[in-house]
Amino acid sequence: MSLKRRDFLKNSAVVAAASAVGISVPKDLKAAATTAESDWRWDKAACRFCGTGCGIMLATKGGKIVAVKGDPAAPVNRGLNCIKGYFNAKIMYGADRLKTPLLRMNDKGEFDKKGKFKPVSWQRAFDEMEKHAKKALKASGPEGVAVFASGQYTVMEGYAAQKMMKGGFRSNAIDPNARHCMASAVVGFYQTFGIDEPSGCYDDIEITDTIVTWGSNMAEMHPILWSRVSDRKLSNPDKVKIVNIQTYTHRTCDIGDINIIFSPNTDLALWNYIAHEIVFRDKKGGGSEEIIDWDFVNENLVFTAGPANIGYGMRRAGEKSLKEGKYSDLEMETIKKEMRKKVSAKEAPALEPFGYKEGDTMQNTAGTLKHWHISFEEYKKSLEPYTLDYVAKIAKGDPNESIEDFKKKLQALADLYIEKGRKVVSFWTMGMNQHTRGTWVNTLSYNVHFMLNKQALPGNGAFSLTGQPSACGTAREVGTFCHRLPADMMVKNPKHRAKVEKVWGLPAGTLNPVGNQHIMKIHRDIEDGVVKFAWVNVCNAYQDSASATHWIKAAREMDNFIVTSDGYPGISAKVSDLVLPSAMIYEKWGAYGNAERRTQHWRQQVLPVGDAMSDTWQWVEFSKRFTVKDLWGEQPLRGKNKDGTPKKLPNVIADALKMGYKEDTTMYEILFANEKAKSYKVATDKFPQKGFDNSEVLGDSRKVKGSDGKVFEGYGFMIHEYLFEEYASFGRGHGHDLAPFEVYHKVRGLKWPVVDGKETQWRFNVKYDPYAAKAAKESGSKSTHAFYGPLAKNLLQGNLLGPDKSKGKKALKNKAKIFARPYMDPPEMPDEKYDTWLCTGRVLEHWHSGTMTMRVPELFRAVPEALCYMHPTDAKAKGLKRGELAWVESRRGKVKARIETRGRNRPPQGLVFVPWFDEKVFINKVCLDATCPMSKQTDYKKCAVSIKKA
Amino acid sequence: MATSNNRRKFMATTFQSVGLTALGGLLWSGYSDEVKASPLVLRPPAALPEDDFLKACIKCGLCAEACVNRESNQNRDGSQRKGTLQMAKGGDHRMIGTPFFVPTDVPCYMCDDVPCVPVCPSGALDMPSILNEKKELDINKAKMGLAVVHKESCIAFWGIQCDACYRACPIMDEAITLEYQKNERTGKHAFLLPVVHSDICTGCGLCEQACVTEKPAIFVLPIEQATGVAGDHYVKGWDKKDQQRVQNANEIHTKNERSKQDASEYLNMEVEY
Amino acid sequence: MSNMKYLLLRRVTQMTLLVLYFGANAYGWHILEGTFGASRLFGFIPLADPYTTVQVLASGFVLGADVLLGALLITVFYMIVGGRAFCSWVCPINMVTDLANWLRRKLKLDKEEVNYRFLKRRTRYWIMVLGIVVSAVVGVAAFEVLSPITIMQRGIVFGFGAGIAVIIAIFLFDLFGVKNGWCGHLCPLGAAYSVIGSKSLIRVKHTHENCTNCMECKVVCPENQVLHMINKSSIAVTDGDCTNCGRCIDVCNDNALEFGVRSFMKQETRSGDFSHTSK
Repeated sequence: MSLKRRDFLKNSAVVAAASAVGISVPKDLKAAATTAESDWRWDKAACRFCGTGCGIMLATKGGKIVAVKGDPAAPVNRGLNCIKGYFNAKIMYGADRLKTPLLRMNDKGEFDKKGKFKPVSWQRAFDEMEKHAKKALKASGPEGVAVFASGQYTVMEGYAAQKMMKGGFRSNAIDPNARHCMASAVVGFYQTFGIDEPSGCYDDIEITDTIVTWGSNMAEMHPILWSRVSDRKLSNPDKVKIVNIQTYTHRTCDIGDINIIFSPNTDLALWNYIAHEIVFRDKKGGGSEEIIDWDFVNENLVFTAGPANIGYGMRRAGEKSLKEGKYSDLEMETIKKEMRKKVSAKEAPALEPFGYKEGDTMQNTAGTLKHWHISFEEYKKSLEPYTLDYVAKIAKGDPNESIEDFKKKLQALADLYIEKGRKVVSFWTMGMNQHTRGTWVNTLSYNVHFMLNKQALPGNGAFSLTGQPSACGTAREVGTFCHRLPADMMVKNPKHRAKVEKVWGLPAGTLNPVGNQHIMKIHRDIEDGVVKFAWVNVCNAYQDSASATHWIKAAREMDNFIVTSDGYPGISAKVSDLVLPSAMIYEKWGAYGNAERRTQHWRQQVLPVGDAMSDTWQWVEFSKRFTVKDLWGEQPLRGKNKDGTPKKLPNVIADALKMGYKEDTTMYEILFANEKAKSYKVATDKFPQKGFDNSEVLGDSRKVKGSDGKVFEGYGFMIHEYLFEEYASFGRGHGHDLAPFEVYHKVRGLKWPVVDGKETQWRFNVKYDPYAAKAAKESGSKSTHAFYGPLAKNLLQGNLLGPDKSKGKKALKNKAKIFARPYMDPPEMPDEKYDTWLCTGRVLEHWHSGTMTMRVPELFRAVPEALCYMHPTDAKAKGLKRGELAWVESRRGKVKARIETRGRNRPPQGLVFVPWFDEKVFINKVCLDATCPMSKQTDYKKCAVSIKKA
Repeated sequence: MATSNNRRKFMATTFQSVGLTALGGLLWSGYSDEVKASPLVLRPPAALPEDDFLKACIKCGLCAEACVNRESNQNRDGSQRKGTLQMAKGGDHRMIGTPFFVPTDVPCYMCDDVPCVPVCPSGALDMPSILNEKKELDINKAKMGLAVVHKESCIAFWGIQCDACYRACPIMDEAITLEYQKNERTGKHAFLLPVVHSDICTGCGLCEQACVTEKPAIFVLPIEQATGVAGDHYVKGWDKKDQQRVQNANEIHTKNERSKQDASEYLNMEVEY
Repeated sequence: MSNMKYLLLRRVTQMTLLVLYFGANAYGWHILEGTFGASRLFGFIPLADPYTTVQVLASGFVLGADVLLGALLITVFYMIVGGRAFCSWVCPINMVTDLANWLRRKLKLDKEEVNYRFLKRRTRYWIMVLGIVVSAVVGVAAFEVLSPITIMQRGIVFGFGAGIAVIIAIFLFDLFGVKNGWCGHLCPLGAAYSVIGSKSLIRVKHTHENCTNCMECKVVCPENQVLHMINKSSIAVTDGDCTNCGRCIDVCNDNALEFGVRSFMKQETRSGDFSHTSK
């Protein structure tokens, strides 16, 4: 069939349109953002769902959102949407929206962990939260209070939460679900560029000649971008090539010129194979061609390596729950590989240059970001094993494909990358990020693009596609990760802490320098009894985390207090002790940042339903309950200093008093209602506030009784603008420049850095990026590029086996890195008992855990349940009929799912695919919580299961 | 007298009886004809053409029972799911007692073992029609109906990235394919338009169920209602397979308003001038 | 309770069959699947209704072997046990019309059966024939389009829908309209079984000597014209209209009635003679 389609594509390209970049938008579409038409009002917003960041407009009538349209002026989607976007209006008003706080109580009205949920006032809800947060602080210090944060927070929510957590509670135990989604890309960016987020933008699609997707079902997960890819293919079907590199055939493979099905985890080998071709065919690498752009490489890049024995991010020996026997022997079969593992025949050739051979026991250390300079020769040595024969042997994913065909595809792939003058974009999503070597494989992608000088150029570059609507905007740019601060600053860096303390008005030394409680660590800390208060914000932490049974058990059976804020009840709310009703996206002012660095704002369109209030409000109200005295005294931390003394945070109360605070000054006054904040005035007579609700600032007609039991009348200052502007102040002048708050209400988003009112399309490129131009000018470089990211720019020197400290450190200002990184097996692979790979993922119809989209009747009707996609031969061999229920069972748990052998996902023999949106097919009970040890991102794409008739 | 009286009475009764019988028969026929005239009904796989099906179906419900009780029709808690096939009841506005399905309610899942067909005792479900070359049941050969796309309400034709029907199709990429077209308005997106291929579509209705518009923009109609007929007097000159239709072509006799008059009769009529 | 023995047995039989049919759909039992039109016994023995089969054949469709074999099995069975045993032991409408009849008696509506001019006991035979003719003319099994029997059975197995109205109509017709109106006058299926069972082996026998002429049997008999021999001669009830329901045996306190195997030697000329079946 694919042949037929391709023929069609050729024929239909009658109009070989000129590049669509910069196409002019008809004048009438450029009308002001707001227009009133009879009894309804249109206003712009961003789509609630994925990281594409489509612009939409909402029609409001009688205080309710009644309709949506794609925003024709939005550059990303030009008025189009996918089917989730099509239902933005319908996600708001499901019959079971949460409308009031609900607390588990006994008959006497007291909190009871085993009690039933009953409605309580906001005041009572905050009373309980205050009580339990204080209890947790007393028991475990700041590390005992944690937040499951989100890449779906608005920028303001994320910033408010992080301020109260890191500045108020002095706890870094706030980590977003973006950890599950983007962390490997982030560490890849940090390691390679020294600064987060992609160099390119979506305009690459219209300019490039080659689109290569790696572990990305773009057609379902980024449909609007996929339609741009399809359009690009139509414009020049002979020239433009699409290559899909996946572990199973899916929707995106439909128009692929080459579809490569690889064995899970061997994407590492595939990238190294391409690099091997580049290096070994190049004259300097011993070949005969001129392939590597040596001018570019010498000017802009260095070669680096890091250790291989970094484990798999699972629990390590000595951890409390392991010692207490909370993990079964079956589970331990996998977990023990975290400490040591035998080098397999499959990975041995790849590991040989790193000093390992088959059968060796690799002693794993906990994951480390450490890396050091190596020579090109050393890098070349690391690539030596990746011959076509070796890579084809280990990477062929479809047992029914001939090795010769597979080899031909690999060669064709390498040739497309290498072809002189051919522009190539590599896109990836979760396949390369949810990976026990996610950071590695991310860096490997840049290697190839760098050596060919096909990075950070229009139509050229490796581009990480974000999953969530504000994984970039909120999780990453705001720094809502345990280890980060706004604008790429790090909690462990004293200078960064000092800068943040100054802006936040905190005494020096308030911020906690230890940021290690990433999302899996929070779950594990709850299981270990350390975290005793956890708050789930804008995510579904108990459905979306692997090895889910452990975390649910810990939440329900141990002495702790779990709070979930959500619009709808889901698994997380179900396992909580307190459930708070949250305002949904268009019921509050907000901003999202998409995958191409585009920041988009919207205004509050309607009042929230019931007594629901925004997460920003919830955080600000919560901050009223804590004073300087409560939080800023000496606080214990886990572990010991180098000198053997217990780690702790200093008492900063005295310094606080010197700054003019009192012991009973609340965090609300310090962090949210300070003088600076109050300078952002209410201006309901002026754009953009005029004519729009603002529940946090003005209160609203619902007269919701707030945290003090009185009707909430509003903060009286423009808190959204304050939070945004204060956050933006960190990035301005540091390569993260955002435009002023008001500007975003006039435009359809801008790609940062926004310098002199102009957005940036290609970063690090002197021609397009003012920061690159500035860096090049300062260093006197004539190069086309300047990789000015500041992180890890002074490294030791060594070889593949390790650094040689005697050689000292060498700086690499304005340079990026090429990493030597081997193929390695994942910690759990199919064996006799669990003979099938399990890969999980998403479907176009449903958003993440389905709390919103499963309530849209049309989407529910379209895809009412998660299916187990399987090869028909495997199904037959296991005695399973299509449509029958089967147990999908791993060492950790099992779920019943319906077998599907036809349709959109067609795995090769030996692999099944089960989406995770359906709480009734709770696949995360089956998944393994192994992570990339560097990025801490869970690998949801690989574990071993057995499939049996239910 | 008595006998003639009796005879007259007997004759009258007989005539009346015959008359009443005729009247009853006519009413009954009219009613029967009326209830079978519900053309927009989807039948189980391998069903005979509707007219024959209505004759043949003995209304036993074995197909519906096989459908609902198939192994693959369980909920996760072990309870039975609703079956695809329903037996028409009063009020369903379909021939009473005959099996049918409504895709938006429960579509046909196209079970590989087609449990509903082999159980049919009457031949109303014609098993040989869905056997493949190897004489195995092949649900892909079923023709329950044909999916039809209403372009104006299909949001893919607006440029929305939907293709829910395409993804839901059990014969994805064959029964429904996507036609890629440039979206000249945006200048950088493509339309991905669903196109149904009537030679492959089985009419299972999974697309109709998956369609996300309020009332589905893709819907299954019985083949008879969803297809036209080009006529066997012309075949495609460029298509070998199509030329096989000549087999069906018969001697052509035409008669219409213009030609019904005998030629000489026509000629003998004077031209008005 | 001895005067309810056959009544109870019949009800148990009728209910059991319905439960089995119901369970086939609801729980996937393989004991008795389908409906009276066509069924499968124990998952493999085909059964089919002979009258329905004839209608389908008349409509012009060459039926599958399963149905033909099934119809043959059923025909042979009822040829032996008495054709209209179907009516009293199997047919669910029997419960409806029996209820109507019982209520009629209780409500004292139970006058002598009226001799309607065009609604006679033999009318059902005309309808039976007419059904076959209409099937042939219209091209669809004509009685199956409106048969309250299968409507009721399918209603129980698959759900009634508006079909319940037909059942209520029959009930009201029998209660306030014509006594024994449906089963005794109209039902063509009953007529077909009368024909099939006209030579059946199992019969009610009358012992004239024991009879006290209390006439209880005639009161309860839904086809009491078949009991013309009561207190007259010791012969068997050989009329094909007899449903073998056994109510007469139940109510007879004098051991004057019992089931027996018919002796062909003493066969009455009247059996199967339709012209005499009306009163």
